[in-house]
Amino acid sequence: MSWLPGPEALEALSLSLKVSAWATAGSLPFALLAAHALARWRFPGRGLLNGLVHLPLVLPPVVTGWLLLMVFGTRGPVGSLLAEVGVVLAFRWTGAALAAAVMAFPLMVRAIRLSIDAVDPKLEQAAGTLGASRPWVFATVTLPLILPGIVAGAVLAFAKAMGEFGATITFVSNIPGETRTLPSAIYAFLQTPGGESQALALAGVSVAVAMGALLVSELVAVRVAARVRGA
Amino acid sequence: MLSVAIRHRFGAFALDAAFEAPPGITVLFGRSGSGKSTIVNAVAGLFAPDAGRIEVDGRALFDAAAGVNLPPHRRRLGYVFQEGRLFPHLSVRRNLLYGRWFAPRKVPRAEIDRVVEMLGLGPLLERRPGALSGGEKQRVAIGRALLASPRLILADEPLAALDEARKAEILPYFERLRDEAAAPVLYVSHSAAEVARLATTVVALQAGRVIRQGPAAEVLGDPSVAPTGVRGVGAVLEARVAAHHADGLSELDAAGDRLFLPKVLQPVGATVRVRMAASEVMLSLEPPRAISALNILPGTVEAIHDGQGPGTIVSVRTRAGTVLARVTRRSAEALALAPGLPVHAIVKTVAIAPEDVGGEAHAAHQEPAR
Repeated sequence: MSWLPGPEALEALSLSLKVSAWATAGSLPFALLAAHALARWRFPGRGLLNGLVHLPLVLPPVVTGWLLLMVFGTRGPVGSLLAEVGVVLAFRWTGAALAAAVMAFPLMVRAIRLSIDAVDPKLEQAAGTLGASRPWVFATVTLPLILPGIVAGAVLAFAKAMGEFGATITFVSNIPGETRTLPSAIYAFLQTPGGESQALALAGVSVAVAMGALLVSELVAVRVAARVRGA
Repeated sequence: MLSVAIRHRFGAFALDAAFEAPPGITVLFGRSGSGKSTIVNAVAGLFAPDAGRIEVDGRALFDAAAGVNLPPHRRRLGYVFQEGRLFPHLSVRRNLLYGRWFAPRKVPRAEIDRVVEMLGLGPLLERRPGALSGGEKQRVAIGRALLASPRLILADEPLAALDEARKAEILPYFERLRDEAAAPVLYVSHSAAEVARLATTVVALQAGRVIRQGPAAEVLGDPSVAPTGVRGVGAVLEARVAAHHADGLSELDAAGDRLFLPKVLQPVGATVRVRMAASEVMLSLEPPRAISALNILPGTVEAIHDGQGPGTIVSVRTRAGTVLARVTRRSAEALALAPGLPVHAIVKTVAIAPEDVGGEAHAAHQEPAR
């Protein structure tokens, strides 16, 4: 019996890091767009968008996973189209990344939206009068000012993705080396006689990753905020 | 040249204003709620009126009939806001150069250096807006607007958020802007003193309508135009600085008449504008003798404007120009004031505040008071 993570545990850890990194990076542009739309635009269906974005936060994760399976499974409406161009999500690590991204999306959008709400639209107006078009205003004024919110949202989403279990196991199952992420591995170890020590090792790793992520985000946010405040 | 003719309705408030702004500073003057800021925001493209046309040098920025409404970033403006609105994440230098990224004609280096020198921004360039005082922020905001190579400069009460000392710091820079910038400046104010010092042209507004427009001395010298109440009435004279005396007074020559003012900043030989609030001017039929007031301008009564209440405004033609005096109707009757009557207008030296005195172009290189 060893207290150090064995090869299976390390495999789960590296898979989880890969899945979470892709989930975070892939959903960031969409989260930025959704947060900007919700904070600044008035359009019909805004309430519906808000509801959709937040749905994974309140639905049972198993339901989210099952919905993903129905839509993105090889016989689902989107999954079958993707399969034709050679992209398969169900029971692949890419599917785990999608499930993690969907589950983490509301957290990322909320963090970014809060920071957009804190930007004074008068500054954006001022940039417009100085000749900056809308995209330039966003790139040169809005984006730098919301950077702390983006960092916070991304770190929160990454941590959430690292811990995602219900939707992942429903959508992509628990295949060693392919979809057995850190929480799935802990669950599997707990189901195996004598697996507690590996489960404990992985639990320790989870705590370390989570704490590390929070610390990094704090540090970055403090630095960026000081720069942005203009002191 | 900017020309504006717009109509807009917000509930019970109707804006219906038309005016032209030649080069120099055109001040939109009126009390709050008269529609000044609404007009400036329409010119800036931050809001679209119901009807009308706005053009700069013959090019339409907005034309409701033709369906033209350029977005703000295509109007080539420099807008100085009341609250500065500097970008907090950029240094002063990068704030100043922000508009330059987007200008079709890049402002040359020499021009940047000139603006930095004119506004005294050299020592601030590497600082962040968070570390600047209110007056410094406004100076940066003015520089930022100028360096966007605008065809039109807008300023919406740029001094309203500052205390008196800071106002005194900024006003000379706007005087230099008036005298040196090629682009017309549209400036919103409700302060009669500011208008008297800065305006080339005054557009007086009341309840969304233009009640009078014309050269500053003419509009301010018309007692029927008192957008900010009777206390705002005052005439503006031009005078040349003749000497600075050791007792803290400056002696000015107003077309042959002597004026003594608390020490002015401009050097000997400079021409300045002096605003005399009507409520600070007394009238006497006899040349006063043995009186403490130092400024006595002989002239003749031009007109008497009765208003509501016990006061009346008498305009007196002196050699230096028209002076307004606010006296009671009782006094006017006791002196039998009537057009053509010779009188002496008397103004106490200490009744003329530093903010009532402004310099002209060639006097502007004096450092402002801190």
